[in-house]
Amino acid sequence: MTQNANEDVIMTNTYEIEAGNFTLAGEAASNIKKLLRQLGIEAKIVRRVAIAAYETEINMVIHSVGGTMKLEITPREIILKARDRGPGIEDIELAMKEGYSTATELARELGFGAGMGLPNIKRCSDKLHLQSELGQGTYLEAKFFL
Amino acid sequence: MKIRTIKELLDARLIVGEDFLDNEVLYACGSDLMSDVLTFVKEQTVLLTGLNNPQVIRTAEMLDVSAIVLVRGKTPSPDIIQMALERDIVLLSTDNTLFEACGKLYEGGLRGRPDDSKC
Repeated sequence: MTQNANEDVIMTNTYEIEAGNFTLAGEAASNIKKLLRQLGIEAKIVRRVAIAAYETEINMVIHSVGGTMKLEITPREIILKARDRGPGIEDIELAMKEGYSTATELARELGFGAGMGLPNIKRCSDKLHLQSELGQGTYLEAKFFL
Repeated sequence: MKIRTIKELLDARLIVGEDFLDNEVLYACGSDLMSDVLTFVKEQTVLLTGLNNPQVIRTAEMLDVSAIVLVRGKTPSPDIIQMALERDIVLLSTDNTLFEACGKLYEGGLRGRPDDSKC
């Protein structure tokens, strides 16, 4: 855990997300949930952040080649920042559509890949920013107001 | 409904979570699709599923689900049991199918959560 140079940020924590590791998938979200609970954040918000973090983590495990998820806490909001190293989303609008999925058979066998991940992250967060470039990677930023 | 009652109605085997059998659940959800579960389940819910992998426990953890019933006699692996234990989640196993298990709990008075689409 490190103190950020930005005075506004009370705490940040970064988690490495490994591509294709379905056994570990959810470990980061689990740690985020524990941390927010320990900080005494309201249970309802903790659950919303946990769900969004978990969906983001699962997405990264299924679709990306790996990346990081960062949690930032300020007095006014919780920010989840996820950045992967590729391959990027071809059509963000399509990816945001409920039911649209490019997930693998393995992901489906584990109960995912229904095309509900991104819509659910949007539903749980107060503000969602998603940008992606093919061959470069995807950046997701979800904000939760306290 | 007490988790203990769920266990009795489904003639289920307790795998882990004896200390929490008297906890109350308000709703039930039956699904093998964790993506769906993540969109509408909230706390104090029992999750009935045929899916037997660590992500079921993860999903339950994120949502504050109190109990999981594995249907069709599925037995979880030791790592799944350990995960449930660490998270204070009750894990039950029943020989009933998902359909039958849901039917019995519904008959016993348990209902699904009304869909308010809010997270």
